[in-house]
Amino acid sequence: MSKNFSERLLPRPSPESQHFWDGTKEGELRLQRCGDCGKSYFPPRPFCPFCSSRNVLVYPASGQATLYSYVINHLPTPGFDGPHAVAVVTLEEGPRMMTNIVDCEQTPDTLVLDMPLEVTFERQNDDITLPLFKPAS
Amino acid sequence: MKHQHVAVVGAAETTEMGVIPNLTELQLHADAALNALADAGLTAADIDGIACAGVAPDVLASYLGVTPTWIDGTHIGGSSFILHVRHAMVAIQAGHCKTVIITHGESGRSAVGAAGFPEFFAGRLGGEFEVPYGGNIPPTMFTIPALRYLKEFDLTIEDLAQVAVAQRKWAALNPRATFKDPITIDDVLNSKMIAYPFTLLMCCLRTDGGGALILTSADRAKDFSQPPVYILGTGESCEGPMISQMEDYTTSRAFRVAGEIAFAEAGIERDDVDHVMIYDAFAHVPLYGLEDLGFCKPGEAAGFIRDGHTSLGGKLPTNTNGGGLSYMHSGMYGMYAMQESVRQIRGLAPAQVPGAKISVALGIGGMFSVSGTIIFGNELP
Ligand SMILES: [Zn+2]
Repeated sequence: MSKNFSERLLPRPSPESQHFWDGTKEGELRLQRCGDCGKSYFPPRPFCPFCSSRNVLVYPASGQATLYSYVINHLPTPGFDGPHAVAVVTLEEGPRMMTNIVDCEQTPDTLVLDMPLEVTFERQNDDITLPLFKPAS
Repeated sequence: MKHQHVAVVGAAETTEMGVIPNLTELQLHADAALNALADAGLTAADIDGIACAGVAPDVLASYLGVTPTWIDGTHIGGSSFILHVRHAMVAIQAGHCKTVIITHGESGRSAVGAAGFPEFFAGRLGGEFEVPYGGNIPPTMFTIPALRYLKEFDLTIEDLAQVAVAQRKWAALNPRATFKDPITIDDVLNSKMIAYPFTLLMCCLRTDGGGALILTSADRAKDFSQPPVYILGTGESCEGPMISQMEDYTTSRAFRVAGEIAFAEAGIERDDVDHVMIYDAFAHVPLYGLEDLGFCKPGEAAGFIRDGHTSLGGKLPTNTNGGGLSYMHSGMYGMYAMQESVRQIRGLAPAQVPGAKISVALGIGGMFSVSGTIIFGNELP
């Protein structure tokens, strides 16, 4: 499939991350947690970055988050039409992830740090569904 | 065990600076290298250690005509060269080589024979978990921590803008600076919006250029024509290339670790420092640098700059070449920070700090990913 500038640059899942993208397709935000020290972490890997244990499990996150920080990008970016927030959210379980904030205006007045958010899933194609966040209902 | 000190005995930038459409990236390395060799009174035959980033060190060695017994191709972005200095110092102390050349050349604007940027700035995982959301270039990655920083310390966008204003004042004194005209906070705020809260004048330049340093042991350094610039302390660390995974958006762990060990190695206090260079790819970075190096308490760097302490006549002149915001920024700026530190310690800077004896240069690789710190001085401890 040929790419053009209007298409969003999509992730290419790896053996270590496939569970995450399988999860988003099923409407689930999957994190990993260490079976030894109990800490949750992101992005995916088959071991714990806090204690090096390979005893880790995949589990569904709540999808609740708060807005940690962002910029509103005004530069032309593949897959985006006009200014849009490139955001980092803190998940209820602790880890942070980059995402976009949808279903709200992309303005500093609307995007307030620490505002509560919830995950929403946006299908891109048969393989990839992206986890995005919207103001919590 | 106390090792012998190492000194900079040759330092130079490329002959031209800014827009250099007639030189390849490899030749920018070579142009800087030849200028530094001339500065030291050496030829390539005198060099037995080589380090560079962007171009592979074996490529450069054969191009220059160097037969090295020590090679370092550490390539961790903008502070690669600061790490090269640290690694070269240890190599000279260990006897692996006697005279090292460290070069940088980058056709960042004209893109002549240029390596260019990697597909993903933050590596494969960044490509998978940041790029799809628009975190694909420095203006939308490096900048993300700033709003959290401003909120935590009750600061405003004007506090970011004044960093660019302060550095432009220094650039006005530097004939080689790309931008020299004075600017106001309003000029900065009213320039083109790039990624809110960052406007164009809060973002670094993209230019062509290069620089090179030549290092040798302190006992040999005395025989060179230039006054030796001694390396008093060094530090390096990293946190990680994904900006979304930086642990605290109000402070850089890599800055703190690299700075602390450099000061400990130098055995000096912050008050002993006469001059500072902090890699300024974007206007918020000097705020982090001043605080994480321990010159200001958390949240106080903006006030420190506002009060004039980093400006002409201030107690801690900072980014006196105009910085990446106004002087030049080819993509990997760390070399230019060190060049200005060396000029200041030699007493030859365009905006010379009177009597500068100790200068600190803080470099960054990636977006708060890697850090290197070097403390230069004009005297042995
Ligand atoms: Zn663990």
